[in-house]
Amino acid sequence: MAVLTLEGVAKSYRTHLSLRKYWILKDLSFEVHPGEIFGFIGTNGAGKTTTIKLVLGLLFPDAGRIRLCGDDPSRPEARRRVGFLPENPYFHDYLTGWEFLDFHARLHGFRQPERRRRVGELLERVGLKNRADRALRLYSKGMLQRIGLAQALLHDPDVVILDEPMSGLDPIGRRDVRDLILELKRRGRTVFFSTHILSDTETICDRVGMLVRGRLAAIGSVEDLVRGDVGSWEVTLAWPGPGSPPVGEVLSRRDDRILLRIGSQADLHRLVGSLNGGGARLVAVTPARRSLEDLLVQEVRGSADAAGERRP
Amino acid sequence: MTGRILAIALNTFREAIRNRILYLLLVFAVALILCAQTLSLLTVGSEEKIIKDFGLATIDLFGVLTAVLMGIGLVSREIERRTVYVLLAKPIHRAEFVLGKYAGLVLTLLVNTAIMALCFVLLLLAKGIFDPGILLAIALLFLQFLLITAIAVLFSCLSNPIVSCILTLALYAVGHLLWSFDLLRARLAAPWARALCAGLQRLLPDLAPFDVKGQVVHGIPLPPGTVAYAFVYLALYGGAVLALACAAFQRKEMQ
Repeated sequence: MAVLTLEGVAKSYRTHLSLRKYWILKDLSFEVHPGEIFGFIGTNGAGKTTTIKLVLGLLFPDAGRIRLCGDDPSRPEARRRVGFLPENPYFHDYLTGWEFLDFHARLHGFRQPERRRRVGELLERVGLKNRADRALRLYSKGMLQRIGLAQALLHDPDVVILDEPMSGLDPIGRRDVRDLILELKRRGRTVFFSTHILSDTETICDRVGMLVRGRLAAIGSVEDLVRGDVGSWEVTLAWPGPGSPPVGEVLSRRDDRILLRIGSQADLHRLVGSLNGGGARLVAVTPARRSLEDLLVQEVRGSADAAGERRP
Repeated sequence: MTGRILAIALNTFREAIRNRILYLLLVFAVALILCAQTLSLLTVGSEEKIIKDFGLATIDLFGVLTAVLMGIGLVSREIERRTVYVLLAKPIHRAEFVLGKYAGLVLTLLVNTAIMALCFVLLLLAKGIFDPGILLAIALLFLQFLLITAIAVLFSCLSNPIVSCILTLALYAVGHLLWSFDLLRARLAAPWARALCAGLQRLLPDLAPFDVKGQVVHGIPLPPGTVAYAFVYLALYGGAVLALACAAFQRKEMQ
């Protein structure tokens, strides 16, 4: 059974004194399966945070049905086994790190000495044990993200929902978050996270959902999404002569080696056909697959064109 | 359930005691109570009454100010600062959140009122005055603060702090002038206007049962059942207001 199901979910909002509805999400349907890392990608304003708020019962859908751990997200029971880290962690900054985690452990119903044990463990795990008695308003962005992760993992949840967990972090912070997500997967937990940092998504996600202007533009494994989408080829030739090959864009030239970019299969055939003497020979052909970023850019542009908008 | 309400209440109390506004109000209140001593020197023959009157009025004013200033942002500030997201994503009912916030402010008011009362009683004892009626009047004022806090929490669930502040203070003022609706009704000719007046009189909060300052200061005995009536009124009216606040917050979207 899926840990998270969305069926035909739509969400709109109205500005003050306006009768016009602005649609943030339209007909959104997908599932997240147990034990997988699901990346929810999209540009800013695509509706990722709105989707997460709907999933957690912070907002209510205009249409459609959401099931979190088999229950309606507005019921507390649905959120019992869920950990959540919001985008740009906004916490009670008058609390110290220890007080903050202790408060959240109380909300999960932990009593002493279990509470003290868990808080200590989590502070150790996120590397904040030495800063536990410092007020959160004195924490850096990275430290806030880490204490936020600690509160999300306090009760060892089965499902972890992270909203932009890597945004604003330095490379080391991003790597720590990435390692933590992978560790959760190793322990059989389900991770659902939104991001617009696509390089991380490609390396750690089992599946990806791509949100473009409130609609699910694509869903599947990273390999499935970019499979067969070979946009070009990089060809290395041994080319002893002075001139250039008849097709392709020369990317680099060193000694007798030329690195070319070939844009189409027909050009590739022409190039191979032209290598019939003069010492020229084929050394390597590497298909340059499209990245998730290429796919996202294409989907966003396609969506903008369909909406009749001008692109810069 | 009670554990989660208690956790939110203790956190709200912690937030309040780390808020400078609370200390500012408390310092002003204590200073004013002590000023009653100086003020009483300006009168002849009624020194005790002036001290009692001024002290009780100060506790009333600063208790209400604390209830309003802290109550109006109790829920709306959590939404505005987005600290509510991480709380409501926990396995808690939204009603638990509202009741926890309310209980936290009640605890703050209890400590606040106790400090003001202690200063006031010490001042009276220093003047050789001991009147148990003073403690009763302060206890009833505290019940009034609980009702004002419930109203402030309701508005905090519905609106922003500025609107909540205006509406809560307006209801506080109306609540002490509810007797004037009887006079107004007698002057109205149209039956529908009289019915509207009577309806409003029943709907608006009546704070008179909590105000026995005049009787205590002038040594007039309280009618039997005064305290019991205040308790029952608070339980029913305050309970209804809190139930409305919980209902309003239940379907509130956390934008």
